[in-house]
Amino acid sequence: MASASLNHRRADSAAAELPPLGPLERRLLNEFQRDFPLSPTPYRELARRLGVSEVEVLATLERLTAAGAVSRVGPVFRPHRIGASTLAAMAVPAGRLAEIAALVSGYAEVNHNYEREHRYNLWFVVTGATKQRLRQVLFDIERKSGLPVLDLPLMNDYHIDLGFDIRWS
Amino acid sequence: MELSDNDRRLVAAIQHGLPLTARPYAAVAEQLGMDESEVIRRIERMLARGVIKRLGVVVRHHELGYRANGMVVWDLPNDSVDAVGRRIKALPFVTLCYRRPRRPPDWPYNLFCMIHGHDRDEVLANLALLRERCGLEAVPHEVLFSRRRYKQRGAQYVSPPAPSAKVLPLARPGAG
Repeated sequence: MASASLNHRRADSAAAELPPLGPLERRLLNEFQRDFPLSPTPYRELARRLGVSEVEVLATLERLTAAGAVSRVGPVFRPHRIGASTLAAMAVPAGRLAEIAALVSGYAEVNHNYEREHRYNLWFVVTGATKQRLRQVLFDIERKSGLPVLDLPLMNDYHIDLGFDIRWS
Repeated sequence: MELSDNDRRLVAAIQHGLPLTARPYAAVAEQLGMDESEVIRRIERMLARGVIKRLGVVVRHHELGYRANGMVVWDLPNDSVDAVGRRIKALPFVTLCYRRPRRPPDWPYNLFCMIHGHDRDEVLANLALLRERCGLEAVPHEVLFSRRRYKQRGAQYVSPPAPSAKVLPLARPGAG
């Protein structure tokens, strides 16, 4: 069940670096998460639909990327269609969490790494060209940390990714 | 279904995003020694084959005010996981829904889904809605809220050609 943690204010208190978003930013963030144009000048196509200039679209996307609101303009790959990936979890003693998290984040193959409220408190995704490479990374982490790693590879993906409808609040 | 070497080179070139320039496909093509039209055709084909789920703006929830995210894990009878997974995926506030193996005795859960919300209460309200809609009131589960995000970026499926020195990224404070 959901644990009521005394610590959860910590996550909420991180200051947003994002400046207030205008209508152009909001539309760029919400309306182009899929079906990005495959014409030679896709940003001009976005500009036409938004009624602004191509330069403005590019500058706004640059700004949103720099502020961290946009991760990228590009593809989301279906897991396991290219290469291999797995979700891994570790139960790390509180005093070693920063050290082990840094160890894990140091691998280029690790793309997500989160602390979560649970006995299994470190959760990360490992992605690589082959399953063998994933096993090497997990084994290496176990050896360097002296802690066991739960390997939870995906067996079935039910979700159809249509993007995420952002509600501004 | 296997990707050709040229598809893999293309994946390596675009996995962290298209360039923010007027002709992004031409820029990628030049880097790979292909034609712009070939790059576009290959991306189209990967979309049609489902290798690429979607192409477009990939947002980061945390920065957009979705400060809470709960990974909900369920212990379902093996023969009902697929049916429940299909019901859960239809809900708009669910952003991922995966079946994964149990690891007894440490880990009994076999279905994972992710719920993002502006705060914890919103995540928990959506979870209550999900349990009711999908008939999961009696199913053992846990919610693992994120507390801190150490690293988040697009997956690297294909390594860059020259291995570079590993640099420890700075931990980004705050949950994602």
